[in-house]
Amino acid sequence: MRIIVCIKQVPKAQELQVDPVTQTLKRVGVPSEINPPDANALEIALTLKDRHAAEVVVLSMGPTSFDESLERAVAMGADRSVLLTDRILGGSDTVPTAYALSETIQKIGGYDLILTGEETTDASTGHVGPGIAGHLDLPQITYVSEVRIVDNTVRARRTAEDGTEWWQTNMPSLCTVNFGCNKPRSPTLTGKIRVKRGGVIVHWSCADVGIDPKKVGLLNSPTIVAKVDTIRLPPRAGRIFSGDAKESVRALLDALIRDRVVAP
Amino acid sequence: MTDGHVLEDKSHFRGVWVFLEGRSGGLRDVSTQLIGEGRRLADLRGTPLTGILPGHGVDALAERAIGFGLDRVIVVDDPMLEIYRSRPYAQVMAQLVRRQKPEIVLFGASKNGRDLGGRLHAILETGLAADCVKFDIDADGNLDMIRPSFGGKSLAHILCKKHRPQMASVRRNVFVAPPHNPDRRGEIVHERVELSPQDLDAKLLEFDEFTKEGGLRPEEADIVVSGGYGLGDPKNFQLLQDLADRLGGAIAASRKAVDSGWVPKTLQVGQTGMTVRPKLYIAVGISGAVQHLAGMQESDKILVINIDPKAPLFEIADYGIVGDLFEVLPEMIRQLDALKGGGVAGQPALPAEAR
Repeated sequence: MRIIVCIKQVPKAQELQVDPVTQTLKRVGVPSEINPPDANALEIALTLKDRHAAEVVVLSMGPTSFDESLERAVAMGADRSVLLTDRILGGSDTVPTAYALSETIQKIGGYDLILTGEETTDASTGHVGPGIAGHLDLPQITYVSEVRIVDNTVRARRTAEDGTEWWQTNMPSLCTVNFGCNKPRSPTLTGKIRVKRGGVIVHWSCADVGIDPKKVGLLNSPTIVAKVDTIRLPPRAGRIFSGDAKESVRALLDALIRDRVVAP
Repeated sequence: MTDGHVLEDKSHFRGVWVFLEGRSGGLRDVSTQLIGEGRRLADLRGTPLTGILPGHGVDALAERAIGFGLDRVIVVDDPMLEIYRSRPYAQVMAQLVRRQKPEIVLFGASKNGRDLGGRLHAILETGLAADCVKFDIDADGNLDMIRPSFGGKSLAHILCKKHRPQMASVRRNVFVAPPHNPDRRGEIVHERVELSPQDLDAKLLEFDEFTKEGGLRPEEADIVVSGGYGLGDPKNFQLLQDLADRLGGAIAASRKAVDSGWVPKTLQVGQTGMTVRPKLYIAVGISGAVQHLAGMQESDKILVINIDPKAPLFEIADYGIVGDLFEVLPEMIRQLDALKGGGVAGQPALPAEAR
């Protein structure tokens, strides 16, 4: 069985701060990590590898700085990794991204299961996973927290608004994995040694994969970001009480009742 | 018509569509909210507003949906569409779009709406903007799709200039549902889409409905009491629940509290959780990371309780208490009980010892 896990490298969300002057996010010097839901997807793949004879291939698309995350994934237990890296991919929105990843998945070939995170923490669209399934015409199960392989089928537990669902599909299929559904394992010493020895990452260009340059990149993306506005949140009344808890609470409840926010 | 939609003449594409989702015989909130916004956009474009309702035996639901402001509903009735499944629903939407060429298609950013939109936009090779909070029509007649960018502190204007339809998803509670008008008349159109048994490539083995633990979901509550990392321990969420019970509210949490494993992800408010817009949002021990703001800044009133007077959330507070939540919350509960016990409307809250 071959499992392909798609990951992205993102700036660490907890480290992000807003510049008090410009009200924009300070990105410079922010450390990177594997997009947290993708790490949960990797953990599911590695758990399946523990139980079944499986090869786990990690795939990413981006600049060579993404090697850091791919190396970490191998150190955690993935067998090998592929980075699709090409300047012409820059600025791709989710349509070319899903297309380019689909083509690369086909070049890797022989896959039985594709896992992605439910969404990335930097773009938060959640469109790429289902987009890959659409391109490759595969069954998809989104928002899953658990995946089992039973009699050559995939069974996955999906979290929807109203309850949890267990879905079954034939292989190959694609699942997107819920953020926080498990605790991704740490890199092991053996894994780190494998990374040190090298050869665990291959870099492919669009030409290597056979990706049509006319279908990727900023200019071939259906959407563009026309502009970005800083949100200045409207000022609010800001009646702040402090000091003795009893007095503050009394003043607060008075205000809430007077303003008819809370019924007495 | 091919899958690629780089069009010389976009004017072939006309009309605003809203993908409708049912839920226990009614429409999901997000669908009725979308009808309201879809109506506004359709009027701006001078085009009809159409609801798309794949399902089985859904004519009554289609009839009801019209009352929220639709001009017509396209029903695709097939036993294979009885429950939501990615492939057949994507097939239906793709075929309808190719036949009828809408200019704009809106989806709820529900689990199924995102599942469908993500698959569909890759099949149609057209633009899809996630989690939009506002729409406009630009000078060239394009849909200006406005969504929070990373962390929710800025808004990105997304345009899909060359491809049609322009597609977008919207989270629940971003727009307000219009009132239902049972007298409104509209057309119900039945369309057929060829589906084969092979399209049923996923089988639903089991469904466990969430029990309505604690009664109310944060998205539905008028008052939300939300806890953050400042609570220090999962058992302190009981304090929040006690306060919420007295106010007839629901509890929720920040991402940090969820990441710490204190409460389930289904209670998370913020960029990667849910969006709420209650009448009163009470943030307890939440400093106010940008991610959190994205999920609650539309609340009517915001009350912040935090020991740190510099907590960023105080900047958007209508009310605030700087103090130790372990003193403030029990005191609030005591005074609310006193009010309930013997308080008279309009009178100041009684101190606990006056009971």
